Amino acid sequence: MIKFVLMVNQQGQTRLSRYYESVELSRRAALEADAVRCCLSRKKDQCSFVEFKDFKLVYRQYAALIIVVGVSDGENELSIYELIHNFVEVLDKHFSRVIMFNLDSIHIILDEMIQNGHIVETNKNRILAPLTAINKMAEG
Amino acid sequence: MSDVVEKTLTALPSLLSLDSQPGSAKLSSTAKLGNLIRGITELTSKHEEEKLIQHELASIKEQVSSPNTTMDLQSTNLIEVCMALTVVCQIFPKDMIPVILPIVEEKLNHPKEIIRRKAVLALHKFYLIAPNQVQHIHNKFRKALCDKDPGVMTASLHIYLQLIQENAEAYKDLTASFVTILKQVVGGKLPMDFNYHSVPAPWLQIQLLRILSLLGKNDQRTSEVMYEVLDESLRRAEMNHNITYAILYECVKCVYTIHPKSELLEKAAKCIGNFVLSPKINLKYLGLKALTYVVQQDPKLALQHQMTIIECLDHSDVIIKRETLELLFRITNAQNVTVIVEKMLDFLRLSKDDHMTIDIVGKVAELAEKYAPDNEWFIQTMNAVFSLGGDMMQPEIPNGFLKLLSEGFDSEEEDRKLRLFAVSSYISLLQGEPSKLPQRFLQVICWVLGEYSFLKEDLEPSVVLGLLTKLLDMKSSSSETKSWVLVAMTKLCWSEAAVSEAQQVAETYSSSFDTTLRQRAQELQHLSRDSQLHSRVLPPGGRLEPDEVDSSLSFLDGFVSEALSAGAAPYKPLHQRQEELSRSKVLSLEPYGLSLPISTSSCSITDRQSPTLLSTSSGLSGDGTDFSHRGSSTTLRLDGVKRVWGREGYLAQKKPVEEVAQVEVPSPLRSPSQQGDANSCRSKTPTPTANPECDQEKQQLASSLFGGLSSQSSVCLMEKSEPDIQRFRRKAKGQRSSSTTNEQRANPTVSSASAVDNLLCNNLLEADTEPINSSAKQTFQHPHSLSVANGACDAEAILTDGDPKERNQPLSSEDFVEADDSPPREDQERSKDSCLTPHLPAELSGFSHSEIIPLCSSQSLDLSACHVQTDNSVVLVVFITNTSEDANLQIQVLSEELEVFCVCESPVEEVRGRSVSVRQYSLTVKMPLVHFELVGMLSYSIPAGMPQAMMQFSYKLPLTSFIRPLTVSTEEYGSMWLAFSHDTKQNLTLIKEEREPLTATLNALNKKLSLHVVEIIGVEGLVACSLLQDQPCLMHCRVHAGRLAVWLRSPVPDLPDCLLYHCQRALQEP
Repeated sequence: MIKFVLMVNQQGQTRLSRYYESVELSRRAALEADAVRCCLSRKKDQCSFVEFKDFKLVYRQYAALIIVVGVSDGENELSIYELIHNFVEVLDKHFSRVIMFNLDSIHIILDEMIQNGHIVETNKNRILAPLTAINKMAEG
Repeated sequence: MSDVVEKTLTALPSLLSLDSQPGSAKLSSTAKLGNLIRGITELTSKHEEEKLIQHELASIKEQVSSPNTTMDLQSTNLIEVCMALTVVCQIFPKDMIPVILPIVEEKLNHPKEIIRRKAVLALHKFYLIAPNQVQHIHNKFRKALCDKDPGVMTASLHIYLQLIQENAEAYKDLTASFVTILKQVVGGKLPMDFNYHSVPAPWLQIQLLRILSLLGKNDQRTSEVMYEVLDESLRRAEMNHNITYAILYECVKCVYTIHPKSELLEKAAKCIGNFVLSPKINLKYLGLKALTYVVQQDPKLALQHQMTIIECLDHSDVIIKRETLELLFRITNAQNVTVIVEKMLDFLRLSKDDHMTIDIVGKVAELAEKYAPDNEWFIQTMNAVFSLGGDMMQPEIPNGFLKLLSEGFDSEEEDRKLRLFAVSSYISLLQGEPSKLPQRFLQVICWVLGEYSFLKEDLEPSVVLGLLTKLLDMKSSSSETKSWVLVAMTKLCWSEAAVSEAQQVAETYSSSFDTTLRQRAQELQHLSRDSQLHSRVLPPGGRLEPDEVDSSLSFLDGFVSEALSAGAAPYKPLHQRQEELSRSKVLSLEPYGLSLPISTSSCSITDRQSPTLLSTSSGLSGDGTDFSHRGSSTTLRLDGVKRVWGREGYLAQKKPVEEVAQVEVPSPLRSPSQQGDANSCRSKTPTPTANPECDQEKQQLASSLFGGLSSQSSVCLMEKSEPDIQRFRRKAKGQRSSSTTNEQRANPTVSSASAVDNLLCNNLLEADTEPINSSAKQTFQHPHSLSVANGACDAEAILTDGDPKERNQPLSSEDFVEADDSPPREDQERSKDSCLTPHLPAELSGFSHSEIIPLCSSQSLDLSACHVQTDNSVVLVVFITNTSEDANLQIQVLSEELEVFCVCESPVEEVRGRSVSVRQYSLTVKMPLVHFELVGMLSYSIPAGMPQAMMQFSYKLPLTSFIRPLTVSTEEYGSMWLAFSHDTKQNLTLIKEEREPLTATLNALNKKLSLHVVEIIGVEGLVACSLLQDQPCLMHCRVHAGRLAVWLRSPVPDLPDCLLYHCQRALQEP
């Protein structure tokens, strides 16, 4: 089960967060800060999975952007690690440039990929289909 | 803001708008956004901005909380429907499901795959939040599974994974379908765009492997169906990419979860090698995790990777270290326990993470308790646990430790030695720097010194008192610790010197601001003055027998009758009061809102403890009130009684129970420092082979202390199976065993692991009984040992293999109906080997019974069971087939939800060689469930008098076994109907019959579930049944729009829901 997905910059500022388990709004900021601190403190040669509270974090860094996924203990960490990459590949396919100004689109993409903590779609064309349709509709 | 926001909002206007006219909504939402942006730019202060945003947020919240999804779903615009379904999948109120369900169901037939897919996902969401509401559309799930589009099929797997986790038995027939799908995926039959780095749909593969491992667990026949595809998966995944490793990991797990096949196990083991030896750290981690999983079944695998494991233990990455420790924890046995515990303690000393510390401290305590080679080591290790775990460790650890000390083992002499050692060790700790010890540890020390310091003959109580006084003066001591100190002093003040010291202390604290402390001080003062009273209340030598609690509260009878005659209202149990409350809804529930949940939670605490346990546990918990037990014997009784009273929910007296509950919550964190002390403990820890002379003595000590454990562990490597067994033996009083099963039910992930343990346990113990047990691995790799699981002896092979179809069939309610066929089959078997064929005792032969299924078997013992439905109970009949010499054996059957009574004279029984012995257990229902599971434990020695071995087994039976027809008249039915408060409603399918579908349907229910049809009036039918004799359930049926609307009512919570499930199944299958 996926508990949350975070996109943060190297300064530890949250750019996007999506929770699949109810976490009180007031506790999110602290949780995110802790999680990011935990990931940032790790060296390059250390493994990309960290124990965090009673669950685990899987993280992957792309230039200045770090994507952190909180997963329950039974999850296959490596498959989540690759899911992050798949997600980034989707973003790459859709946006040519800086993605952080298109948060709404990223949310739509994420909603296509993950629902209720489960991976529901990984086929890039299908993930992007609704978003492309929305864009077309808005243009037309 | 980007264009996309506006575009999106334009496209999905009605989503965020309450406005019923789509046209105006479109305008308003765009305009609203514009207004907001304009508003923000015009603001001057941050405060104003916050205010504006908050206002906006509130209005958006209001809109989102009542989305107009129904309308969107019916839109002709594909995207609107699509987005509405996405919303349904995410934030959807439970109570709106009935409204939206038909529309979503309709979307399952939509021509576009994306809509069908999202509809399936929406149903998944519905299933997650309200499984009952989508029960009737299980066949639609099947349709989705067979959808021509792979995306829709994938979506349906989420539902199936969930369903199979809950009840694998019901979906065994789908195994072949899942296997076929996986085969096609692995074989590259999906369109190219499903590939990820040229691996076909990896996440789908992982999902399928998870489903298969759930289906194949403990089921040879189902497992056989999947061997081929697993083999192919292992073969195909040779490409060197992370994602193939992710699949491999899942595959290895699956191979080791399902019924073992040596060839596959070998291949999987090789795969793990690739993981662990990889230079890539992420793969190494996953390899360790896989290894941790598989060593529970084959510890030899750990040996193969010994060097790597040792390397990982010193790895610079703490996460790798941690995972390695987890692995070591799984392979700990009596020989390596000292080394492994040492490594864990080393890790703890450096750990800064609270969660890790708590976890590892718990594990060390568990290992120490299980495998401790000697008293000294045990106490030293526990000292380290208490020092390092500090005040954040689970309260069960100190409680369990004290319980262990106080209850002792088989030998009084050993108990004395252990206690004596603890006392000496604590005295020296207190003489050191007690201010560095955590509060919890100090409390343990106080209790032990109070109870057992008399064992150390050369120790004057006044010396102990002096040390304890030092604790009182310490600034760091919490007032809770101080009360423990005072109580310990109270126990100790029986010598002249001690009394004067005690009185001084009592003087100081009798004016304390802390009420509890003042109370303790008063007790101390009074008891130290009156030595006669003291010796009566706290006899020297601590020989105080645990007080017996009169749980029937018979001593209150006089009081009650007096009160009743004075006009008091009669006592009503909790559930009755709740029912009344729910019935009289006009009353304000506010005042009860708080108290009711609390009462139930505290109930569960008392419920778990047997009355005998109360006295001990109360002595151990740190709560102040408990020590009044020691203070005066009269209060002790009353307190104990209060608790039992509390179980019935008498709220006025709830408080004490709650306090006890609170004590179990860890007190605020303290740093796990105390390095110095811990180190000093460590330096004292002797190396296991340091003193060969002592070795024998230690062995003896250990074997008596940890009964039977060490002798077993010295023979075999597979220790992981023993904990449960041992716990069963030693903790029988604490009912730990039943709580373990409880945990298993509660947490599916845990249960999978522990079920594997069970599997392993059976295999292990079978291997154990072999005279020469060179390696436990045999069980998995040797074809002969594989057959052991089915019965190694030929005589048994007849039993198990004679009719494999019959044997392997899962027991379900349908089988039950067919059970009438089984006697002839039995006859066949009997002709083959009459003396070893299980047959029912004569007194039960007249009743219907389920077929006899094998439970577990070892070389010479074979357990099988069936259940028999008598008029007023269900009897579980266990057959023990002994094909070798005479044996002694003992069976224990437990269940969370069922009351189990053994119908036999003595717990230990002698079973003669080559014979079948029969055990009967009468079962009654504690709380209704769809299926019940019984967990059993067989300990045996063959030949009689030899060391004991154990086997675990489990048995499942459906609720329907307990359902009996209830014959009532229509008038009686009417009055009962009104009196029952738990109900449920549902539409069921009618049996298709031209003339009288209602009669046909009710007859089917009558036949399959033995429900009594009271009367059929036109389109309505009245049906009644009861759970055994005394728990009625009524069903009202009405034919409506081609379906059968049923309404079930019962005074028993959950019974209607569970029964409904069976009705549904009975009507679905012809």
